[in-house]
Amino acid sequence: MNIYLDNGATTKMSKTAINAMLPYMDGIFGNPSSLHSTGQAAAEALMSARERVAKLINCAPSEITFTSGGSEADNQAIISAARIGERKGKKHIISSAFEHHAVLHTLNKLKKEGFDITLLDVHENGIIDPEEVKAAIHDDTCLVTIMFANNEIGTIEPIKEIGKICREAGVIFHTDAVQAAGHVHIDVQDQNIDMLSISAHKFHGPKGIGILYSKKGIPLTNIIEGGAQERGKRAGTENIPAIMGMTAALEEAVENLDKNAAHMSELRDMLIEGLSKIPHSILNGDREHRLPGNVNFCFEGIEGESLLLLLDDKGIAASSGSACTSGSLDPSHVLLAIGRVHDIAHGSLRLSLSEENTKEEIEYTIKAVTEVVEYLRNMSPIWRDLVNGKKEFIIK
Amino acid sequence: MALYSEKVMDHFRNPRNVGVIENADGVGEVGNAKCGDIMKIYLKIENDIIVDAKFETFGCGSAIASSSMATELIKGHPVSDALELTNKAVVEALDGLPAHKIHCSVLAEEAIKKALKDYYDKNGIEYDKTKFPACEDCHSCCSTH
Repeated sequence: MNIYLDNGATTKMSKTAINAMLPYMDGIFGNPSSLHSTGQAAAEALMSARERVAKLINCAPSEITFTSGGSEADNQAIISAARIGERKGKKHIISSAFEHHAVLHTLNKLKKEGFDITLLDVHENGIIDPEEVKAAIHDDTCLVTIMFANNEIGTIEPIKEIGKICREAGVIFHTDAVQAAGHVHIDVQDQNIDMLSISAHKFHGPKGIGILYSKKGIPLTNIIEGGAQERGKRAGTENIPAIMGMTAALEEAVENLDKNAAHMSELRDMLIEGLSKIPHSILNGDREHRLPGNVNFCFEGIEGESLLLLLDDKGIAASSGSACTSGSLDPSHVLLAIGRVHDIAHGSLRLSLSEENTKEEIEYTIKAVTEVVEYLRNMSPIWRDLVNGKKEFIIK
Repeated sequence: MALYSEKVMDHFRNPRNVGVIENADGVGEVGNAKCGDIMKIYLKIENDIIVDAKFETFGCGSAIASSSMATELIKGHPVSDALELTNKAVVEALDGLPAHKIHCSVLAEEAIKKALKDYYDKNGIEYDKTKFPACEDCHSCCSTH
């Protein structure tokens, strides 16, 4: 049995994406900046990819910048908006406590430069209240950056409403859509989005390639200096094979979005129902407003890394927000942000689905997780204290 | 997984000496849930020999493997030998631990020392206090916080 339930970390490339890349590795291998026909064939491919991607999120091709991935797109979006703000004397940025580190660490860097950063509460359900965004906006706010969907607990944020508030206030709105793209409908015009980050490997595209959408009129600040690629805003010879693979993968994902979401939601709900039967377990993140493929639980009395290793032995690939898996001493900042205390945040499990998963796999997974949690609890001194009434259960 | 040696994985998958000793002669618990690992060691001691050792652990793979290996290393040995057990010996017996997991072996050493101290205290036996951590609640996790 080999069950991959870590699609939030990365996905398997689709055949469509692989096939879309192959011609650009040998036949059409040219540098798009070259004048000769070998180079110009690559330039044409690049142009068409930009048009196709733009169409998928409803923007103009000139508003698309290809980057090395979601992290670079997040960095460039935030730095660009900060520099625009700085020139106008506006140095306040609003974000949330459970953003990806690509956002939070960039904001920390700006904080050291003297920017004022407000991190909004994400509440126990992991949903940001647009009214709180509105209340946090001041005259000196230059950017609101709120993720489209959370990478750990899968909550989908009220992006359109937040975007509307930002539009009315004249503040740039960026969203990290790395977990959302290809899984949730994105329309930057309808959803009032000014800047948006995408990473290809989260929707069966290749790794190391991503997209930054920035609305016309928002000048980008370079993160990488050099040649005049990407309208001079992102130097470096374009990774044409990866761009072609990403474009094909995104088209395929958007085309099949509703069908895939329906299938994954069904499996997700099965998983949630099955794992909820484990005593003293709790679902992390809102039950309704969540990605079709995300399941995240805390199990009291156990630690996440042991859980992952034993699930791996049973053929299940998953992830956890425990400190031991993060390589730091603290558990996931996302789980802490929704109010889970350290003690139970260490015992978290994220299962992230793809459209390829089956009901049989989910049934097997529910059984395996239930067994492993019970096994680990039986050797846990905390569990003994909880059961004997020496300590009070945190998860009732 | 290549994160751990085969020895660590063996002791993690098939931990030796898991459980509780009722009316143990010495019990030591270290770590805290906040940091993500707690180890509890139970010792049965007869004529100054550790005739049985058991453990309960809440923690990662290397914490469970370290507890298992540490109890194996002291079982059947005199109390004086167990007192000399270092975290380094546990790491070596496990064919190494990743750098950020060394604290798990430290916890195992401390849990055994604490269980031995409990044994001495219960039986009114004199002991060299310098051989025990000065502060019982301190361990590698919190000292680096």
